[in-house]
Amino acid sequence: MMREIVLPGSIVGDAKSKLPGKGTFKEGDKIYSSRLGILEEKGKYVNVIPLSGVYDPNVGDTVIGVVQEVFKNAWIVDINAPYPAFLTMEEVPWKMEYGETYKYLRVGDVIVAIIKLIDEARNIEITMKSKPCRKIEDGIIIEIQPSKIPRVIGKNASMLNILKRYTKCWIFVGQNGRIWIKGEDENVNLLIKALRKIEKEAHTFGLTERIIKMLGG
Amino acid sequence: MLIKDGIRIDGRKPDELRPIKIEAGVLYRADGSCYLEWGGNKIMAAVYGPREALPRHIQDPTKALVNARYSMASFSVEERKRPGPDRRSTEISKVTSEALESVIFTELFPRTTIDICIEVLDAEAGTRCAGITAAAVALADAGIPMRDIPVACAAGKVDGVVVLDLTSEEDKEGEADLPVAIAPRTEEILLLQMDGHLTYKEFEEALELAIKGCKQVAKLQRQALLNKYKTFEVK
Repeated sequence: MMREIVLPGSIVGDAKSKLPGKGTFKEGDKIYSSRLGILEEKGKYVNVIPLSGVYDPNVGDTVIGVVQEVFKNAWIVDINAPYPAFLTMEEVPWKMEYGETYKYLRVGDVIVAIIKLIDEARNIEITMKSKPCRKIEDGIIIEIQPSKIPRVIGKNASMLNILKRYTKCWIFVGQNGRIWIKGEDENVNLLIKALRKIEKEAHTFGLTERIIKMLGG
Repeated sequence: MLIKDGIRIDGRKPDELRPIKIEAGVLYRADGSCYLEWGGNKIMAAVYGPREALPRHIQDPTKALVNARYSMASFSVEERKRPGPDRRSTEISKVTSEALESVIFTELFPRTTIDICIEVLDAEAGTRCAGITAAAVALADAGIPMRDIPVACAAGKVDGVVVLDLTSEEDKEGEADLPVAIAPRTEEILLLQMDGHLTYKEFEEALELAIKGCKQVAKLQRQALLNKYKTFEVK
C-alpha cells in the first residue's frame, strides 16, 4: 500500500460522506488538507498526519522540559511548544515551603513531566506527581523533530525496543521531540546516528530493517 | 525594441515563464525552508514557528502574527546595495506578510508569531513574486496549516504587448509591471500591485495572464514539496 502525501489545499475527501478530522478543513462540499502530511482515513473521519511542524501539546503527553524561570511557588518550563508551561509547587513530588522552590529545581534543570491542563488561552500546566516524572540528573538529551516521534517509538514500541536491544542504552522518549539517553559513550554515539537516520527517513518503508542493519543486527 | 517577431529579448514567447527551480527543506535549523531560482533570481526563504511572540505586548490572544521579512543581500544587485531595511524592502515585507497571512489558519496558534525570512541572494526583476512563492513553499514545509499554497507571478506590458514574467530589461524599459499573488485553488487574489500604465482592457488581459502563470508555478511548488519526501523512497 502506497501512503499518499498530501499538501495544503489538496482535496482529501467528500464532505457528504466523510467528516473533516485533524489537519483538514471543510469548504463547500469538499474536504481539503490544511498541511503537509500523510492521508489517513479512520471511520468517518479523514485525517492528515503531519510530516513536519512544531510540537502541538496535548493533555496527558509525557514531555521533557527545561526549567526557564523559578518563582517563589512555581516554575516556568520550556517544553518545546509555542507556549511555556507552568509547574506549580503543589504539582511536584517533594514537600516544600513557599519560597523553597529554588532548592529543588533551578534554571537549566531538566525534568520529565506530564501535561495536566491546557486552557482556551493556551496556558499549559504540567505535573510531576505521577509515574515516569522525575528530575533528570545524568545522560544526555537529543532533540529531534516532534512529528518524527511516533516513528522512533514504532508500532507497539517496536522501533524503541530494537534501539534498546542493540545499543543497550536507556532511552526515554518525550512526546515533545526530546529524547533522554544514557549508556556507554560508543553506544550513545551509535544511537544518536540511528535517531538522526530515523528522523531523516521517517516517511519511508522498511526503515526498521535498515535500522537493524545499521546497528549490526 | 524589446520584442521582435513575437519573440522577447531572452527568446521567450509573450506568455512564457523564465526557467524555475524550487527545492524545499534546504535548511536544517529552520522549521521550514525553500531555495528558489527563477530566471536570474536566487532566493532563500526560511520559516520559524509558530513560536512565542516576544515582547509579550505584541501577542494577539486571538491569533498568530505573521511576520515576513524581505531583505536583499548587498551583492544581489549590480551596484552594491546598502545592507539593512529600506523603504522598498519594508513595503515588500508588509505586503508579503499580508498576502501570506490570509491563507494561514492563524486562529489555531494564539499568542504566537510565525516568522518568515526571505533573503534575495541574486536579483533579476520579480523578486517580490519569487519571494512569496518561495515563502509559501517554506510555510508548507514547516507544517503550518494553510488553506492553500499561495503563489505569485508578474505580468506587464512591453512594446505595447502584454507579457508574462518580466526580465530586468523589460521591467526597466517596459510600460507596466503587475505583480499578482493568488491562492491557486480558489483564484483568490492575495496581492495586486501595479507600476506604470495599462488601459482597462490591457489590465484585464495582464491579470488573466498573471493568474495563468501563477497556476504553472503552483504545479512546480507542489512538485518540489513532494520531491523532498520522494528522495529516499528509491533507496
